[in-house]
Amino acid sequence: MRLAILDSHYSLGTKALFAIIGLFSRQPVPDAAKLTFYRPDFYGTPAKQLTHAAMRGPSAWSVGDRELMAAFVSKVNECAFCIGAHTATAAGAYHDQAKVAAVLSDLDTAPIEEPLRATLRLLGKLTREGAVTADDMRAVLAAGASRQQVEDALAVCCSFNITNRLADAFRFSMLEPGGFEAGAKFLLSRGYR
Amino acid sequence: MLIDEKRAGHRALVARILEGEGRTSHAQRRAAFDDAVVGEPLQALIGKVANEPTRITDADISLVEQSGLSEDEVFELVVCAAVGQATRQYESALAALAEAGAGETE
Repeated sequence: MRLAILDSHYSLGTKALFAIIGLFSRQPVPDAAKLTFYRPDFYGTPAKQLTHAAMRGPSAWSVGDRELMAAFVSKVNECAFCIGAHTATAAGAYHDQAKVAAVLSDLDTAPIEEPLRATLRLLGKLTREGAVTADDMRAVLAAGASRQQVEDALAVCCSFNITNRLADAFRFSMLEPGGFEAGAKFLLSRGYR
Repeated sequence: MLIDEKRAGHRALVARILEGEGRTSHAQRRAAFDDAVVGEPLQALIGKVANEPTRITDADISLVEQSGLSEDEVFELVVCAAVGQATRQYESALAALAEAGAGETE
């Protein structure tokens, strides 16, 4: 990572925890996880609460749908680490790697339901352009997404527009596929808390 | 309607980074959050975090450190810039959603 404090300035207890995680997963602790342990009172603790609520809280969207949104927003932001992490997690949640790959390569033709497609299109525009209009919202509602589903998707989008920026600014190290798969298993069993 | 857990979580994060204790002043954090920093090299780094994060380089960070900011100060201001941009997007979209539903009951 770019700041030395984020690489190595952790308490002994946190360093021991990283060692245990490394031992059990046989993978290095991902930089995304390390960041949330650095002065957690400032960023990590409130950020994890937001992300966990968005990604695992009550919603009409499945966990797979929300992980797909995270991967899609990361793709629009061209954030390599987060694309890898959330592509693996969405594929694990759906038990369908092809569906995730299809959405990321061509949203218009991917084999998904229309409410999800329209919602992803909205999140793409919001992420690219920084704003959306009431007409954009009417299009998503007309495609069959409920107002609550739109609101839930916006929270996912917000969370990943934060994370993508921090991943780039602090230059999270890319992982081998096995590292992303281990991370996906952790996120699917434990969530973001 | 009750504020849901996600909106509450977002508000808590924003309140913490802008109003809680830190190594940087509340004014510095607010300027980074608003992408309204005046003066280089910090202005360039914060602008990139908000608007073109894939183009951030090692030099962007090291120039800010050489200007006298500690790593902890850089950490705080980068976090504020990232949360600020995501917050502007989120609030714009929630306002558009409310506008799209004006006059409807649900």
